[in-house]
Amino acid sequence: MVNVWRSIRFTIVFAIILGLIYPLLVTGIGNVLFPYQAKGSIVSWNGRPVGSMLIAQAVTSPGFFHPRPSAVNYAANGSGGSNLGPTNPALVAEVKQNLQTVERQNPGIKVSQIPPSMVESSASGLDPDISVQDALLQVPRISRVTGISQSSLQQMIQNDEVSPVLGIWGQRMVNVMQLNLAILHRMGRS
Amino acid sequence: MTIAGSIGILAVIALILIIGIPLGDYLYYLFRGEPSRMDKVFHPLEKWLFRAVGADPSVKMDWKAYLRALIMVNFAMMIFAYLVFRLQGVLPLNPSHIKGMPWDLAFNTAASFITNTNWQNYAGEQSMSYLGQMLGITYLQFTSAATGFVAAIAFVRGLIANRSESIGNFWVDFIRIHTRLLLPLAFVFSLILIGLGVPQTLLGPETVHTLQGVLQTISRGPVASLEAIKQLGTNGGGYYNANSAHPFENPSAISNVLEMLAMGIVSTALVWTFGRFIKNRKQAVVLYVFLTAILIIGAFIIYSNEAGGNPILQHVLGIHGSNMEGKEERFGPAMSSVFAAITTAFTTGAVNSMHDSYMPMGGFIPLLFMMFNLIFGGKGVGLLNILMFLIITVFLSGLMVGRTPEIFGKKIEAREIKLATIAMLAHPFIILVPAAIALVTKVGTSSILNPGLHGLTEVLYAYTSAAANNGSAFAGLNGNTVFYNVTLGLVMLIGRYVSLIAMFAIAGSLAKKAVIPPSAGTLRTDTFAFGGVFVAVFVIVGALTFFPALAIGPIGEQLQMWAHLLH
Repeated sequence: MVNVWRSIRFTIVFAIILGLIYPLLVTGIGNVLFPYQAKGSIVSWNGRPVGSMLIAQAVTSPGFFHPRPSAVNYAANGSGGSNLGPTNPALVAEVKQNLQTVERQNPGIKVSQIPPSMVESSASGLDPDISVQDALLQVPRISRVTGISQSSLQQMIQNDEVSPVLGIWGQRMVNVMQLNLAILHRMGRS
Repeated sequence: MTIAGSIGILAVIALILIIGIPLGDYLYYLFRGEPSRMDKVFHPLEKWLFRAVGADPSVKMDWKAYLRALIMVNFAMMIFAYLVFRLQGVLPLNPSHIKGMPWDLAFNTAASFITNTNWQNYAGEQSMSYLGQMLGITYLQFTSAATGFVAAIAFVRGLIANRSESIGNFWVDFIRIHTRLLLPLAFVFSLILIGLGVPQTLLGPETVHTLQGVLQTISRGPVASLEAIKQLGTNGGGYYNANSAHPFENPSAISNVLEMLAMGIVSTALVWTFGRFIKNRKQAVVLYVFLTAILIIGAFIIYSNEAGGNPILQHVLGIHGSNMEGKEERFGPAMSSVFAAITTAFTTGAVNSMHDSYMPMGGFIPLLFMMFNLIFGGKGVGLLNILMFLIITVFLSGLMVGRTPEIFGKKIEAREIKLATIAMLAHPFIILVPAAIALVTKVGTSSILNPGLHGLTEVLYAYTSAAANNGSAFAGLNGNTVFYNVTLGLVMLIGRYVSLIAMFAIAGSLAKKAVIPPSAGTLRTDTFAFGGVFVAVFVIVGALTFFPALAIGPIGEQLQMWAHLLH
C-alpha cells in the first residue's frame, strides 16, 4: 500500500515538474533568446506573414521556384510522406506523373539531368529545400516569365546555396522560400 | 555512395563514442553510491523531492521491493497519461480544439510511451493538444527512459554484490537520474534546438497567405522541449506525424547530427559504466568493438542501397541517382541511412526519412537491428539485453568446453538460464505470433498500404518495432484500428515488462551468490574470441528465429526486384 501512495505522489509531482514546469521554462527562455525561431521562423512580405522559412508551400506559378513534390499537398498541419514501397506500381505512377509535370513546365529539359529529389516526394511533404541542380533546371523557365536574366537567377542560387557542414554532413541545396523572396525583391525594384 | 557521405557516417558514430565514454564515467560516479562533489549542488532539490514523494532514501531494497516500486509507479503514470489523452478535449492548452482520443488509441498511446516505445497511431499535429504533448508525451519520455536506465543499474549492482540482498533504492535512483542527467541535458539541448529553428511556443497555429495567396495553416507548439528528451531518452515519438523528417523537428544538417548524438550517447555510456562497475574496462572495450562494427556495417548496407537508387524507376522512367522518395533534401541518402541505423540500433524509433520507402535491403537492416535489440540498445534495456545474451553465451561456451559457466565471478545455474531463456524467447514469440495472426485475418491485412511482400514486411516491422520498444514504423500500415491499437499495445507492454521482470529475478539470485575469484579455469569474457562467440550466438539465434519471416519479407522483395528487371 505504501508503494501505491508513493507512486501516486511521484506521478503527480513529476508530472508538474517534467510535463509543465520544464516545457514552460524552455518556452519562456527560448522566446527571449530566439524569438524568431521559437515562433516558427515566420517570414513576412509587405508586412503580411506569407509562410515559414522552414516549411514548403504549394508554389505552381511559373515565375517562382517550385519545391519538391509533396505527398500531403504541402499541408503544414498534416505532414507525411507517400510511404510507397520501392516495388509498388503506384510509386512508378506517382513519379511518372511528377516527371511529366516537370517536363511540361520546363520544356527542353532532359530526363537524365533531373535529380531524383525533383520528382520523388519528400519525407515530411514540407521539405523547404531543393538541390542546386533542381534550382538550376528551373532557371530558364523563371527567366522567361519574369524577365530576370538567367545569370542573375544563377547568381541568386549561388548566394543562397547551403554547402554540407564541414564538407561531410548534408548536401548542396537552396531554400525555396529564400529564392522566391529574392525574386519578389527583384521584381519590386525593377 | 560518396566519400564525403561515408566520412560523414563514420564521423557521427565516432562522435557518439567520444562523448559516450566520458559520460559513462560520470554515470559510474553518479550511481556507485559514494558521496561526490555533485551532491552539494543537487542535495537540496533531491531532499525536497524525496519528501514530496514520501520516500526514505536510506532504505535498501532487495530485487522484489525494487521491482514492485518500479512496476507500481509505471502503472500509475500509464493511467495518468491515459486520462490526459482521453480528456485533452476539455483540458486547457488546446488552441486547435482537438478532441479526446478514443479508448483504444489512448490505450495504445499510453502503453507506447510508458514502455519507451513511442509507436504512434496518431498524427501529433492533428490528434494531440499542446497539453497532451507536454503532460502526456514529454513527461513519459523522461520517466520511461529513467525506468529502463535504473533497471540496468540495479542489475549491474546485483552482478557485483557479494552475498547481499540489496540492489539499491529505487526512488533514489529514479529521482537522481532525472535531476542529475536527463533534466539538465534536455534543458540545454532544447534551447540549442530552438536556436537551430525548432519552434517552442504556446501560440496556436499560424495561418498565412502564401506567396501565391492561398491559405496555409502552419502547426507549431512546444516542440523543442519534446524533441530534446525524445532523442536523449531514446524515445522517438515525434511532435509531428513526419517525426524527425519534419523541418520543425529537425531543421538542418547540424540539428540532424546533434539528434543522432543525443540518441546514442547515453546507451553507449552505459556500456562503459558497466565496465567500471565490474572493474573490467576491457570488457566494455570488447563490446564496443563488436557492437560498433555491426552498427557501421549496417549503416553502410543501408547507405549503399539508398544511394544506389531504385532500379525500377531507372529502368522504366530513366531516373538516375539516389532513392529520394521519403527523404529530405537537407539530409540526403548518407545522413538518412545512418539515422535509420542509429535509431534502430539504439531503439529510439525517431525517423528522418520514411523507412517504408527504402529499398528492400535498406529497410531490412533497421528490421534486423530491432530483432537483435542489443546493438547498444535503448536506454538501459539495451545493456540488459546484452547481459542476457552474455549469460546465454557463457552457458553455451561452458557446455562446449566443459567448464562450469560463470560470469563476472558469479556461477550461472539452472535458475538463471531458465530466466534468461524466458527473456530471450519472449521477443520472437511476441513478434511472430501476432504478425501471423494479423496476416491471416481481414482486420489485419486491410490496414496494409503496399501490395505484395512489402505489405508483409509492413506488418512484421510493426510488431518487431513494438516488441523491441523501438517505435519506428513502415508507416504505410494504418495502425489506428481497434485491432492494431490493442495488439500492438499489448505487445509493447509484454515486450517491456516480461524481460524486465526476468532480468530482475536473475539480478536477485546473482546478488545472493558469493563472488568467486577468477582462476585458470575461468572462461574469460573480456577477450575478442569470446566477443566473436557472443556475436555468433545472437546472430544465429536471431537469424534462425526470424529467417523464415525475413525471407518472405525484405529478402523476397529484393529478389522480386531483380526478377522484375530481368523481364
